[in-house]
Amino acid sequence: MNLLDQASFLLRITHSRDIMRRYFVVNGFDGSLTMLGLILGFLLSGTSDLTIVINVCLGAAIALCMSGLSSAYVSESAERRRALNQLEKAMVDDLQESAHGEAARGVPLLIALVNGLAPMVMSLLILVPLFLDRVGIPLPLSPLYAAVVVSLLIIFLLGVFLGRISGVSWLRSGLQTLLVAIVTAALIYLFI
Amino acid sequence: MVLVKRLVLDVLKPHQPNVLEFSQAIASTDGKSRVHVTVLEVDEQTETLKVVIEGEAIDFEAIQSSISEMGGSLHSIDEVEVQGKDQGG
Repeated sequence: MNLLDQASFLLRITHSRDIMRRYFVVNGFDGSLTMLGLILGFLLSGTSDLTIVINVCLGAAIALCMSGLSSAYVSESAERRRALNQLEKAMVDDLQESAHGEAARGVPLLIALVNGLAPMVMSLLILVPLFLDRVGIPLPLSPLYAAVVVSLLIIFLLGVFLGRISGVSWLRSGLQTLLVAIVTAALIYLFI
Repeated sequence: MVLVKRLVLDVLKPHQPNVLEFSQAIASTDGKSRVHVTVLEVDEQTETLKVVIEGEAIDFEAIQSSISEMGGSLHSIDEVEVQGKDQGG
């Protein structure tokens, strides 16, 4: 069994695919909204120094990534240990060397990676217009506005993804998450 | 030398991996044996299986290790069919 098949097998026997998908959407949404908030904050402050914007956003993205990694690892390790203990009681056997023992050790790592990397990847995608501007590639609109557009697009796509999973209209689901982003932007405009 | 031709095992296993994956894992130990699994009882977290393995030379150690790797527990060996090597046709 190759590494990918093995990971897929461990996720299947622990029913962890749904949890992983949920973490991906929740923390990806978290990262996207955080970046949107930061960029709108910079826009409203009239900051023109992109180095500061990039550094602050990267700092927030790294913090979100570390928070996602550590929180998911700690909570999932505890959950998987508990599940393994219950299964060992039912089996009246030590399962540490079995696929279930391996899953109890490996699945929290996989889930932590997804939970940590989702906000990081979303944040980096949102920052792409800023990176492009820094290397001198011309954009059709100002890099901060372009980053806002990318963040809205990513938030819409996360909604589309949720819609496809739940079997409801992808457009409706995408517009719902987009509405959350628009309300967030309105609140930022209102309070800054 | 004696060759093991048929084994009937009583196995307790968690619900996951399912019976299909479980029997595939057992059959893949030598790739030649035929495996027939019957679910005898289903409990909240476990299920009891009757596993029939038929082959030319079954490697019991490998079968036992495969069952353990899948999280199963071998409760008893209920039937055995063996053949001395000079008896083989």
